[in-house]
Amino acid sequence: MAEVMRSETLNISNNTSSLASPELLHVLAVDDSIVDRKFIERLLRVSSCKVTVVDSATRALQYLGLDGDNNSGGVEDLKINLIMTDYSMPGMTGYELLKKIKESSAFREIPVVIMSSENILPRIDRCLEEGAEDFLLKPVKLADVKRLRDSLLKAEERVFKNMMHKRELEANDIYSQLKRAKI
Amino acid sequence: MNTVVAQLQRQFQDYLVSLYQQFTELRKLQDEGTPDFVAEVVSLFFDDCSKLINTMSRSLERPENVDFKQVDSGVHQLKGSSSSVGARRVKNVCISFKECCDVQNREGCLRCLQQVDYEYKMLKTKLQDLFNLEQRILQAGGMIPQVNIS
Repeated sequence: MAEVMRSETLNISNNTSSLASPELLHVLAVDDSIVDRKFIERLLRVSSCKVTVVDSATRALQYLGLDGDNNSGGVEDLKINLIMTDYSMPGMTGYELLKKIKESSAFREIPVVIMSSENILPRIDRCLEEGAEDFLLKPVKLADVKRLRDSLLKAEERVFKNMMHKRELEANDIYSQLKRAKI
Repeated sequence: MNTVVAQLQRQFQDYLVSLYQQFTELRKLQDEGTPDFVAEVVSLFFDDCSKLINTMSRSLERPENVDFKQVDSGVHQLKGSSSSVGARRVKNVCISFKECCDVQNREGCLRCLQQVDYEYKMLKTKLQDLFNLEQRILQAGGMIPQVNIS
């Protein structure tokens, strides 16, 4: 066989999705209230999500591997699809956590949802301006979580479809090159 | 025996109706797999109440040295968690409580603290009664009535 092959190879890995596992969103929930942590964990589990709960923004950063001096780090292979954080927490607030996440190259694409028991418009605006995906009023309802999950799954599906389409185009491109080289 | 059961069931229903509205959201999260979810979360809530009330009580103790910031933080937490579990009456007291904090009214705060203490203990007792009724119905051979609240 003639050695006209290009060095590129088609790399279709099995895991083309960024989902933690098939159809399971992995959510990181941050809240300083023990009652709310239990509550949000339950809401997420009932909505078929994988959940990790922490009690402070600092711990959230630790979990993400962003607590070092560099904030471009991040833990390898950590797949988080959504971060939900309470707004008012002692120490670092949810707003400050949001900013840190958006500053990080590893995690800025992850949607961050802010939860608060207070309906303060300037606060909501500030969070959305800083890049929050959504702002939920507490107590968070099951319907809110389901809505979030559905829109995230749709977004994942779009990304997946685009990726497959791109792969298809690449495959077609290589195929035509091979044809031209008369393999 | 049947009338005893019927009576108990009616009592149960009345209690349930008055509490159900508070816990509708919470009960949505209960299922056959984890029948204890509601019990766990309200238990956490009552522990949280007790702790917060103690802390706030200490902060309000000496008239010449009240840490209103502490009290405010406690009220905020209490309002949040009572709101999550659907403890409406506790949450409503927290609203007045916050107002007293904002204007640094120690007397008002003490009154609200007392009220919050009363409300959460009442709720705790009601839930315990409900649970006991459930047990008595089951032991008398009856079924736990389902209540539909629109």
